[in-house]
Amino acid sequence: MLRIEHLRKRYRTGDEALRDVSFTVPRGQITGLIGPSGAGKSTLIRCVNRLVEPTGGRIFLDDLNVTALSRSQLRKARRRIGMIFQEFALVERLTVMENVLSGRLGYVPFWRSFARRYPPGDVDKAFALLERVGVLDQADKRADALSGGQRQRVGVARALEQDPELLLIDEPTASLDPKTSRQIMRLIREICAERNLPAIINIHDVVLAQAFVDRVVGLRAGEVVFDGLPNALSPEVLTRIYGEEDWTTLHSRQDREADDARSLDGREIVDGELERRASLA
Amino acid sequence: MANWNAEPVSPETHASVVSAAAQTWRRPPLIRSRALRWILGAGALTYLTFALGSLEVSWLRLYQGLERGWRFIQGFLLPDFVSRWSDIMIGMQESLTMTLTSTVVGVLISVPVGIGAARNLASPPVYLLCRGVIALARSFQEIIVAILFVAMFGFGPFAGFLTLSFATVGFLAKLLAEDIEDVDESQTEAIRATGAGWWQLINYGVQPQVMPRLIGLSCYRLDINFRESAVIGIVGAGGIGATLNTAMDRYEYDSAAAILILIIAIVMAAEYSSGFVRKWVK
Repeated sequence: MLRIEHLRKRYRTGDEALRDVSFTVPRGQITGLIGPSGAGKSTLIRCVNRLVEPTGGRIFLDDLNVTALSRSQLRKARRRIGMIFQEFALVERLTVMENVLSGRLGYVPFWRSFARRYPPGDVDKAFALLERVGVLDQADKRADALSGGQRQRVGVARALEQDPELLLIDEPTASLDPKTSRQIMRLIREICAERNLPAIINIHDVVLAQAFVDRVVGLRAGEVVFDGLPNALSPEVLTRIYGEEDWTTLHSRQDREADDARSLDGREIVDGELERRASLA
Repeated sequence: MANWNAEPVSPETHASVVSAAAQTWRRPPLIRSRALRWILGAGALTYLTFALGSLEVSWLRLYQGLERGWRFIQGFLLPDFVSRWSDIMIGMQESLTMTLTSTVVGVLISVPVGIGAARNLASPPVYLLCRGVIALARSFQEIIVAILFVAMFGFGPFAGFLTLSFATVGFLAKLLAEDIEDVDESQTEAIRATGAGWWQLINYGVQPQVMPRLIGLSCYRLDINFRESAVIGIVGAGGIGATLNTAMDRYEYDSAAAILILIIAIVMAAEYSSGFVRKWVK
């Protein structure tokens, strides 16, 4: 589905954010991207929809070479890629509904979006999504009136309103409390399963990553230093990704929490899910 | 303390920083050299003394001026709204028309110029062009512009209207451009990520963020334009300023006082209502 080949990014300041990154994400797989701050996680997912222009390498969305697109073609490609952000990135002074409908901006002409006269199908879809993520009753409130968890739900609805074929998720839980973080991660997981959506999630919380992703790619100083199953994240691997640290405390807690999480979403980790996890091994 | 220093734990880090005596600390000065600090200070003081000494004050003229000032104040105590009422009305009407039309036209021109002058939205040539327009509009004081327009289009409120529109563009476009450059990039990034076009980006990503400030600044500019309309009238650009100037020239301080009181009342009303509007659009 998504294929990244020899991706490089060097910023104008001379910082080398990505050096020769290659991996593929098959349909329906949730890939967690972990690594220390400044490892290039954020740059990597922004290269996929070219919010950041890569300096080298190629990115394929199925057979479409995203790196070679013209401006108008890029607009069309971005419609296929939904994005969810760290600080939610909702337009604060617009209503929840306007924020969700903004997911259709790539599809509708300017006058329709300007007059807020979206096609009825788009509006129906927006209402259905708000109901799905559980904030239907907030539709006419301004986005800045919502709590963190509610805002991220709106962020998820906005990304899905695009009818995406791929989700890029940048630190979705960084500004949320632990409970809300888990709820949001579970929501993302369920939605990806419902729609067989592939996703790349930047996540700095290793424990949370292990509980909710199918595969982990570890990035350090712009290079992939680990690619494998979440339960293969041994202290040695974590040291390779993050550097020397006493990982034992994390590990004992993480085992416990992973068990918790498994029993919590026992309902959604059914046959297909388990097979996919197994096939990755 | 001695005990602390004698601790064997990482002695090199501790010993260099911590000493047994109580320490004093001063903020590092901006100019490091003490001599240079003194020389600069003394130089500034000398210049100020000579500059004040060079002012020629004519005490006799000051005395006469005080007398005129007193007559003016007396006029103020008995403002005469009646004898020049129709002139005042015409002047006020002209000023208010000038103010409103020039603010509306100025805002309408400022919005595209301001967007063009925002580095994060415009391409470099457009940016330079719009910054040039703003620099030009800001470099001349209203009175100088008014003199130019009066020479070009003759006496009357049309010259005033042009002057105030021009000044509004310089003021509003600059502040709008700065506000656009300060928008929260994560919100515009999210809109771009949906595949939105440039106009949609402006409408969804930028406009909601800058609108309250744009409305507030427009109200403020309306207020300024009214006050300026009284000033530029003195150089022939019509409005209440012209009426005020005539009253002063005729030594009719009572009528002049009536005009000033009306100006103050209108400015205060504008101030009050703009505060109300700003609270409402937040």
